[in-house]
Amino acid sequence: MTTKPTPRVRVPSKAAAGELIEIKTLISHEMESGQRKDAQGNTIPRKILNKFSASFNGKPVFSADWHPAISANPYQSFFFKATESGEFTFTWKDDDGSEYTAKNKLTVG
Amino acid sequence: MSSGLTRRSTITAGAAAAFASLLGSRLAFADEKAVAAEIKKLYGDKAMAEGKIKLDVPEIAENGLVVPVNVEIDSPMTEADYVKAVHIYADGNPQPGIVTYHFTPACGKASAATRMRLAQTQNIVCVAEMSNGTLHMAKANIKVTIGGCGG
Repeated sequence: MTTKPTPRVRVPSKAAAGELIEIKTLISHEMESGQRKDAQGNTIPRKILNKFSASFNGKPVFSADWHPAISANPYQSFFFKATESGEFTFTWKDDDGSEYTAKNKLTVG
Repeated sequence: MSSGLTRRSTITAGAAAAFASLLGSRLAFADEKAVAAEIKKLYGDKAMAEGKIKLDVPEIAENGLVVPVNVEIDSPMTEADYVKAVHIYADGNPQPGIVTYHFTPACGKASAATRMRLAQTQNIVCVAEMSNGTLHMAKANIKVTIGGCGG
């Protein structure tokens, strides 16, 4: 039932210096809240992505602490002011300790 | 039929009691106090100002499982003056927390959007912490037609 989470990120590949760009991210994940019960009445243990973070050239830009109230297949969008070319690293942290990452290049000029 | 305990009233009372016990045992929801306690844990009794926050949520959510929430805070986002953190809470979910955002001046604009689960009709509370330590607060009510909780 559980599939490996696949991140999808939409970042413009090019931007003018000083331009404000919107970054949209989506990752497939069930975000099991820990509130649901299975057919036998046992609580299904919580398993969510609890942290999303974005950095550019190694410098942190934005992060979000997610609680169980975040929908399945969590979507997150935010903004970034482009000043120089470089690479984004997006990281999602799972309750079970695993990490999923995505990288996107941005050219400013 | 001189007795006050009619058949109808007995049934109604029984149903109400069953409903109440169901609510009490299975659905333990947060309330306004829980949200206030969470905020107090972080910021104590610091004063909250109004304004600056644009909390963009639907008035009526047909599906409580996926409710878009978009927050934008009015800030120049420079090294000297930016939005440090934004917390979003719900007062009618099993747990009060929804999300906490950490912004940096590199964001250029203090705005973020995600999708949340809401178990029932309730209030959303948003608290923004500026880099100079001042706090702002905004509230919105969302009517939920189908709750996004349990299974």
